[in-house]
Amino acid sequence: MTLPSAPRPPAWRILIVGGGIASLALALALRHGAGEAVEVTIADPAPETAAGGGRAYALSMASVAMLDVLGIWRTLEPGAQRIAGMRITDSRLADAVRPDYLHFGGRLDEPLGYLLEAAPIATALSDACAAAGVTCLRSPAGSMRTEGAGIVVELGGDEHRAALLVAADGARSRLREAAGLRWIGERYPQMGLVATIAHERDHGGIAVQHFLPAGPFAILPLAGPGRALPHRSSIVWTERADRARELLGAPDEAVAQALAERFGPDLGTIERETPLAGFPLGVGLARSFVAERMALLGDAAHLVHPLAGQGLNLGLGDAAALAERIVDAVRLGLDPGGPDVLAAYQRDRRLDAVAMATLTDGLNRLFSNDSLALRALRDLGLGLVDRSPAKRLFAAHAAGTTARAPRLMRGEAL
Amino acid sequence: MSSSGRGAPRRASTLVSGEVDKFDRLAQDWWDPAGPMRPLHRINPVRLAYIREEVCRHFGREDRAAFPLEGLSVLDVGCGAGLLSEPAARLGGAVTGLDPAPGMIEAARRHAAESGLAVTYRADTVETLAAEGASFDLVIAMEVVEHVADVDLFVGSCAAVLKPGGLLLLATINRTLRAFALAIVGAEYVLRWLPKGTHDWERFVTPEELRRSCEAAGLAGYATRGMVFDPLDRDWRLSRDTAVNYLARAAKPGSAA
Repeated sequence: MTLPSAPRPPAWRILIVGGGIASLALALALRHGAGEAVEVTIADPAPETAAGGGRAYALSMASVAMLDVLGIWRTLEPGAQRIAGMRITDSRLADAVRPDYLHFGGRLDEPLGYLLEAAPIATALSDACAAAGVTCLRSPAGSMRTEGAGIVVELGGDEHRAALLVAADGARSRLREAAGLRWIGERYPQMGLVATIAHERDHGGIAVQHFLPAGPFAILPLAGPGRALPHRSSIVWTERADRARELLGAPDEAVAQALAERFGPDLGTIERETPLAGFPLGVGLARSFVAERMALLGDAAHLVHPLAGQGLNLGLGDAAALAERIVDAVRLGLDPGGPDVLAAYQRDRRLDAVAMATLTDGLNRLFSNDSLALRALRDLGLGLVDRSPAKRLFAAHAAGTTARAPRLMRGEAL
Repeated sequence: MSSSGRGAPRRASTLVSGEVDKFDRLAQDWWDPAGPMRPLHRINPVRLAYIREEVCRHFGREDRAAFPLEGLSVLDVGCGAGLLSEPAARLGGAVTGLDPAPGMIEAARRHAAESGLAVTYRADTVETLAAEGASFDLVIAMEVVEHVADVDLFVGSCAAVLKPGGLLLLATINRTLRAFALAIVGAEYVLRWLPKGTHDWERFVTPEELRRSCEAAGLAGYATRGMVFDPLDRDWRLSRDTAVNYLARAAKPGSAA
């Protein structure tokens, strides 16, 4: 048999700027799905593996399904804390008893999700990316321009040509701005504070969200013992910006006192294991998720309040949808940066992102207030939600089991 | 059948004069996904999905292979500016693109060079290649049958350039009232997807006529799939409904490559 000696066709080049977890998952899914037909480069001067400190993520079951298909969940599972249930309370600091308004889960066969620190997720994905032949460059992205059937991006002085540029450079994306994509959003007068806290009593896998007047205070159960005490949790603490800045500079005892007030007595003695780290909070949405030869991914496309723990899940949802659209095109020999591919990605993601931004923004506004009338209203509201099919729908959405979820998020390989 | 002159039968040709110039004018715009060839760009994923599926089954390729056409010589008859030739090359095929319009071939060559793809383009007809004794593993002729004067001669020439065990894939439009309503009145006059005069209903071929042409050419295993526009999804998909657009496959007996 004589084989025609056709040279291998050139691979489609996909350039991802920003090396966060969603970017790494996208890169890995692309190489798994399209193999040598794509050449994937991630550019980030400070990739997530290098940072990490104290930040934990709640992974929805859909995100877990995706990481499982990508082959890294088995590495992560031993260090992941199963979320057995979720308590939501609405109270003032002075209230001794904090009544539950919503209580999700409890059935052992279906966890609500898993909690995991950022660093191990990023490390496992980075290792898998390296093994799959993804190129990682520690270069910042400079100028960019579309040229013919491609986009040219300057990376640390070199010009890099790609069929598609994925802008995953965060909520204040420079690439989004350079592409002229408008951003609608605002900063909250609040800041987020995160830290890892060790405690005396077992959290039992229950995540707690106290809606306090200054903003939600979440206690997220982590796996494994703390250094000095037998259990540990991660906190996501939303606080008025001026107060948060005070706390970031406050002496240890003052921080310990503030934490103890917020934790209440449930988990016994507590001890902070990492310094408080602060970050600005806001909500925002890009007017369009795509431009010529460019797609926005993760926070560059949508910024949500961390109270629902959905930021990373949304980013992974973007990665799953974009990977699916790209792989489907490339398997047909079609240009992954073409307008039809990008339009399809935008259709896949926009509703999800808008819904989540609106929901978390609404919840934050509703709860970050001490007005008696609003408190009465939200108590009534949450009570109604708790008794309605809306709760089931909300949980199904969080688990990614609603219709048209990307294949990876349904646990199917591309 | 048609008015082709019988005066100087140099070599039998299936070309209808006038069909060539019409497409020549469209060459530059061909590759613009939002340009006048938008309808072809829209059906391209479905045609390519069909090609991929049929090739994987016929040549025993792995479903998710990155280069399912690797090792196959491919002839794209009526290639235009290369909308199928280039994807076929991307999938690993050693592709020859054939179109009677020299302007179109020039546009196709330039585009392939820009894409860094090695596609051989020839401004010629499949009859010429058959006379030269060329042979291929896979011959595709999509949206061509409805533009040729003699379907039997055309399919016979496609079969002649197939290696034993080779596969022929066709796409065309059925000669039904619905096809007239949708492909001509709808696509050309109402929606303006295609330039007026692109199609001539008289020339449309039914799946049964195409089967007879394939079998007369010594091909076996004839089968069809429909291609329909889904108004809810606003996209094309494969279907069992062959009343308007349909795809067909037939193979040359013998052991496949």
